[in-house]
Amino acid sequence: MSDRIFGVFGMILAAGYVFAALAIEESFLSDAVGPKAFPLIIAAILGLSGAVIALRPDPEPHWPALGRLAELAAAVVVLILYAEMLPVAGFVIATAFAAAYLAWRLGSGPLETVAVGAGTSIGIYVTFHLILGLSLAKGPFGF
Amino acid sequence: MELLANLGDGFAIALSWQNIGLALLGCFLGTIMGALPGLGPSNGVAILIPLAFTMGLGATPSLILLTSVYYGAMYGGRISSILLNIPGDEPAMMTCLDGHPMAKKGLAGEALSLSGIASFVGAFLATWGLILLAPQLVKIALLFGPAEYFALFALAFMTLGGVSSTNQAKSAFAAALGLGLATIGVDTQTGVPRFTFGEVHLYDGLDFLVAIVGLFALSEVFIFLETRHGGSDAAGRKLTIGKLYPPVSMIRQTTPTMLRTSFLGFIAGVLPGAGASLGSFISYSMEKKLVDKEGTFGTGDPRGVAAPEAGNNAAAGGALVPMLALGVPGSGTTAVLLAVLLALNITPGPLLFSQNPDVVWGLIAALFIANFMLLAMNIPMVGLFTRVLMIPSRILMPIVAMVSFVGIYGISGSTFDLLVMIGFGVMGWALRKLDVPLVPVILGTLLGNAMENNLRRAVTIDNGNWWTLADSPLSIALWTVAIIGFVLPVIVGARLKARMHQRRDEKGAVSD
Repeated sequence: MSDRIFGVFGMILAAGYVFAALAIEESFLSDAVGPKAFPLIIAAILGLSGAVIALRPDPEPHWPALGRLAELAAAVVVLILYAEMLPVAGFVIATAFAAAYLAWRLGSGPLETVAVGAGTSIGIYVTFHLILGLSLAKGPFGF
Repeated sequence: MELLANLGDGFAIALSWQNIGLALLGCFLGTIMGALPGLGPSNGVAILIPLAFTMGLGATPSLILLTSVYYGAMYGGRISSILLNIPGDEPAMMTCLDGHPMAKKGLAGEALSLSGIASFVGAFLATWGLILLAPQLVKIALLFGPAEYFALFALAFMTLGGVSSTNQAKSAFAAALGLGLATIGVDTQTGVPRFTFGEVHLYDGLDFLVAIVGLFALSEVFIFLETRHGGSDAAGRKLTIGKLYPPVSMIRQTTPTMLRTSFLGFIAGVLPGAGASLGSFISYSMEKKLVDKEGTFGTGDPRGVAAPEAGNNAAAGGALVPMLALGVPGSGTTAVLLAVLLALNITPGPLLFSQNPDVVWGLIAALFIANFMLLAMNIPMVGLFTRVLMIPSRILMPIVAMVSFVGIYGISGSTFDLLVMIGFGVMGWALRKLDVPLVPVILGTLLGNAMENNLRRAVTIDNGNWWTLADSPLSIALWTVAIIGFVLPVIVGARLKARMHQRRDEKGAVSD
């Protein structure tokens, strides 16, 4: 079933891609092929392979239970928040929280969670910023 | 003799303090990455690329660092295969078959040192193969026009599917997806924006480094979160190694095996679409057919340890040949290495050999140096790396995730890129669950623009005649190979791949 849905999704994606490709405004100065042809070829392959996947699906993959999916979704949200907060809170603070969250969700105890969070953040800051001179996000405190 | 002179120049470049230091660092990190299940050569190299950039390394030093990681990972993968029966990376899965039984018999140290020697032989011979074969391939590549290049790119995509997935439709899908992603941004020939939906950040196109780190490294973190695999695989097991040098008789017994499988592995590496995993697989299968008269393979036969290790290291060297000489990588990790070259504004292919000989020969010399370093690290110091196996992934994975973010943020300093990377991470996770190979996606985003430019150049030169794509004997030959490469696995390859994928660990799902 997963593959059938995936295949149909592929075909819809291909259709959307064709639609977007046809909407490309051509410039008056163009080569013999133009900017649309290659995307249209790709769309054809995308659509065809989507159709084949839908018609001849593989055995069902092993999907995680709903609880695990929620876990993944939560991790994605945390990482997005991390990306957004990076320029606001500064590298060290944001990274400490994100790393601690991941460590906690992977099964660390409270003490280890704090240690991984602080250790990762400070370790990266020292290695990459202080030693190698990489510019990291500066927060209100300058680190 | 010109060859030796070139090689001499290469050594002059590689033997600077900085380059030796980078090779040493790369070998060390690579062995660790190979040894840790969940971090393979492709994600290892992927995480380090942005760092190599932001550190402001030049082309040759970056390549030396990253190919040392690549070679190192090929060595390191065997450690957990032998000690834990869990392949450290995908190419090492065949080493489990005889390596772990040897360790159970109390011969862990012998198995580790023998496989270290086999790795060295494989990689050493393959580097010579690279020196001899790449310049010949360059001569052929000089005959290529745009139409031939277009056919060559098509060949790379069509044959890649043959090994990287059990389902050709899925690898075609993956390739189309990657190529489609590459078309995002301002069209290089006419200057019109495509598929940008008015988002200014997309005008430059998607940065393929962002795609690579997301697809490879971040999706790995998601897989670990999903299975909540937080412990260390080595937890609660005693890792005794014992004697660190194999008896001379064992080396003598396995020498013919090493030589044969190095050759075979190298060929497997050069072929488009095949990588180190296939190299070790066919090496083991062939050796088993050839010398296993008493049926000792699978019960801890030293030859069964030497064969896949020589094979996968030789294939790793072989895979560099098409990447350097044609600019068309045949495996996941060489695709990532191609990204390094492209990001440094160096176009691999025949011109690389004439315009940047220092890069090519410096790299080759560094490979020799790295190989000796790895031999030294992997036999006397192997105990150090076995300790690394004790690091639980609940500590390792947050570090991997954060280093990925740092690398990408370091390149552009933009939050938008980080969000795109998270998107790629989620996409990579979903594709892996659906058994869609990731390597064609990466290759598509990398080669998409070059492929389209060659197509348009070829057709434009011939005044809009599309048949120009297949009217020289060379391009017809390339198309023929491409079509055979795509169709053949559908007919005969299903059985071979089923056997190969049976052994595949879910965690090692990023094919190399």
